[in-house]
Amino acid sequence: MAEAFQFELVSPERLLLSEEATQVVVPGVEGEFGVMAGHAPMISTLRPGVLTVSRPSAADEAFFVRGGFAEAGPKGLTVLAEVAVPMADLKADDIARQIREAEEDLADAGDDAARERAQIALDHLREMERAVASN
Amino acid sequence: MPSLKELRNRIASVKATQKITKAMQMVAAAKLRRAQEAAEAARPYAERMEAVLANLATAFEGRDDAPLLLAGTGKDDVHLLVVATAERGLCGGFNASIAKLARERAKSLLAAGKTVKIVCVGKKGFDSLKRDLGKHIVKTIELRHVKRVAFENADEIGTLVRQMFDDGEFDVCTLFYARFQSVISQVPTAQQLIPATFENAEAELPEGNEAVYEYEPDEGEILAELLPRNISVQIFRGLLENAASEQGARMSAMDNATRNAGEMIDKLTLSYNRQRQAQITKELIEIISGAEAL
Repeated sequence: MAEAFQFELVSPERLLLSEEATQVVVPGVEGEFGVMAGHAPMISTLRPGVLTVSRPSAADEAFFVRGGFAEAGPKGLTVLAEVAVPMADLKADDIARQIREAEEDLADAGDDAARERAQIALDHLREMERAVASN
Repeated sequence: MPSLKELRNRIASVKATQKITKAMQMVAAAKLRRAQEAAEAARPYAERMEAVLANLATAFEGRDDAPLLLAGTGKDDVHLLVVATAERGLCGGFNASIAKLARERAKSLLAAGKTVKIVCVGKKGFDSLKRDLGKHIVKTIELRHVKRVAFENADEIGTLVRQMFDDGEFDVCTLFYARFQSVISQVPTAQQLIPATFENAEAELPEGNEAVYEYEPDEGEILAELLPRNISVQIFRGLLENAASEQGARMSAMDNATRNAGEMIDKLTLSYNRQRQAQITKELIEIISGAEAL
């Protein structure tokens, strides 16, 4: 069995996960990367996507993360994500509804800034939908 | 001297007040626990963020291509004060002390010939600042409908601040809030958001410096992405601290009020009893002297 290291998943509201992991797959902005014990120190920003944790003590768990960064250091891996939701909590029809709402927001957007915001929100939701669908 | 009936009424009314303050104290105690938990849960994120940013920032020290959010605009003519207070009163000196700190800062900046703009978060701060600094207030954000402060609320404020900064509306931004120390002590605090400072994070620096990080994408891009986020995160932390402080302040204020009401009831009851006795004595004397006269 692979060596374990300390992994922390933190959102602004709370510490979601803090335990030993053998491997974590992080959706980095320049591509997904896997982190195992003894990874070279690095900092990478995240793109919206799915983060998968493999643990020695429990089953694999997947989280949808968006916005933030991952820091791999000598002490382990820390992922700071603005949004982090366990995949198990995501429901396909909820997301579909949110996408419809976001599309309406986009259509209603008055100025460029609002349109841009709505577009970003919509893109994130689409990404979430894709992630759920492929799960 | 008030009549017996008046005294009875007053005792009843003070008792009713005491019940209300007692209830408010208990509600505040329950809310305080939740607010405190939320503030503590948010701490790791803000601390990590600061540590990483402080690390990155040292790499950019003194360089010309440092992002504006970090280096500032090079001027400090226009100051933006973000004043976060509560939406409700009845919490002792909580709102007043934050407003006082902000007002002093605004006054000293104005005296130094700077321009001051104020964004009020929370109604009470606006109420107290509008009298003398009303023309400097550019925006008021009410969080009345918000039961528990979520990151989105802070992000809204952060977006507004960034928007104003991008439009060149100010040079320096400072956030005012009350840091929660304990139920009896909340410290009004001014924290500079733009240009970013990392005084708190410095303790963590040496350990971070040991590891030479690989950056993906490069430092500049990461910094450019994280700095704006950091503003929202710091505001979020400020709001959570504020929420905990507010409940703490309210709890001790209501505790005092309950105690004062208790003392008042004791005093009123004493004078009520005295007067009742005096009246009985008077009536007895009247009967006796009436009997003697016969």
